[in-house]
Amino acid sequence: MNAPEQAPIAPPVASVASAIDLGAEFRDAGIGEVLDALERDLVGLAPVKRRVREIAALLLVDRVRQRLGLATEHPSLHMSFTGNPGTGKTTVAMRMAEILHRLGYCRRGHVVAVTRDDLVGQYIGHTAPKTKEVLKRAMGGVLFIDEAYYLYRPENEKDYGQEAIEILMQVMENQRDDLVVILAGYADRMERFFESNPGMKSRIAHHVDFPDYGDAELAEIAQRMLAGWNYRFDDAARAAFDEYIVLRRAQPHFANARSIRNALDRMRLRQALRLFEAGGLVDAEALTILTAADVRASRHFQADTASSTDNDKP
Amino acid sequence: MRITQGCFSFLPDLTDTQIAAQVNYCLEQGWAVSLEFTDDPHPRNTYWNMWGLPMFDLRDPAGVIGELKACRDANPETYIRINAFDSTKGWETVRMSFIVQRPTAEPGFRLVRQESKGRSLHYTMESYAVGRNPEGARYAP
Repeated sequence: MNAPEQAPIAPPVASVASAIDLGAEFRDAGIGEVLDALERDLVGLAPVKRRVREIAALLLVDRVRQRLGLATEHPSLHMSFTGNPGTGKTTVAMRMAEILHRLGYCRRGHVVAVTRDDLVGQYIGHTAPKTKEVLKRAMGGVLFIDEAYYLYRPENEKDYGQEAIEILMQVMENQRDDLVVILAGYADRMERFFESNPGMKSRIAHHVDFPDYGDAELAEIAQRMLAGWNYRFDDAARAAFDEYIVLRRAQPHFANARSIRNALDRMRLRQALRLFEAGGLVDAEALTILTAADVRASRHFQADTASSTDNDKP
Repeated sequence: MRITQGCFSFLPDLTDTQIAAQVNYCLEQGWAVSLEFTDDPHPRNTYWNMWGLPMFDLRDPAGVIGELKACRDANPETYIRINAFDSTKGWETVRMSFIVQRPTAEPGFRLVRQESKGRSLHYTMESYAVGRNPEGARYAP
């Protein structure tokens, strides 16, 4: 039975110290590593990192205040992450769960990622059990609702999404120390979602906006992804890829890091085909390097000659 | 007469914190926790009513405690128990079961003697509460 450590932030009665070393507290909680990892692993996103640091600092200070008997209410930790696709919302949510767990605001620190389909049922009476089931699974951790605005469909007043929203709001209010809800989605649609659900907006304490990546940041992300897969660009390919980013960004359906990932996947396909068709012997070097030809075969480089409406293809 | 069935039944009733701690143990073992309730607590009645489906994939007892509260609200003055099912191959059985709610008054059981051929007697147990009222009103105050 490890009930005592389960109790969220139960201040030990013995600690009647009049001063607490914040630095030591910070080290003990082990959130330094998580914040450093966030800083190190994620490219760019300066405002987001700043917000995460702020939230972590607030929680740490709150915890210390509680020890000194300066009672504060259990802070509301529900958040909304807004930003364009592929800007790292899910990744940051995972890190956030880790931070909350280390600070003791989250007993387990697991993330349950869901979308509308997981919460909303298909017929009358189906929604409530489905939503509750998900909520039960997420208890003690973080519930990450991607594209949360789909829960609310104003054009259909019989839509079951509203029921899910109501259950969600009730739990967000009454079981604040059991569950942290993070809503994510595009900024403008989230704004409209909050306008039509003011109760939801008021229950969310932290709004974090994820900016788009710059061209240099995307290039850096590409390098890191390739390094992770044991690939790399040669110099010409790197220059070509910088051009590619500029061209791709001008196209519709640009999804930041996700588009980069897809582009790299296609370049790997082309490299594989090139090696295969060339035949003969290959060494590790040849298998690792993506050349300018692999990059420049992309459709976006021939945009002037062939204009197609299908933007998902290379 | 206080009914003793399952784990901890000779202890004083568990508080919600203690129940949560036990459920936490069950979840750590990877068991699926479920709730059942009845107003016919005869020791040979193994078929209690299910309160919802067994809860799989839980990580934290808070979900179970929430369901327990709902079950208590809907079924006051009944017996409620928590079962922990182990799906591990070779076990596939309930590994732990304990009562988490009992009615305020438990009138208990009486021994029924039935005379049969010759001088022989057949013994059985009969609940006062179950015999007195129909289902749903048996333990009503």
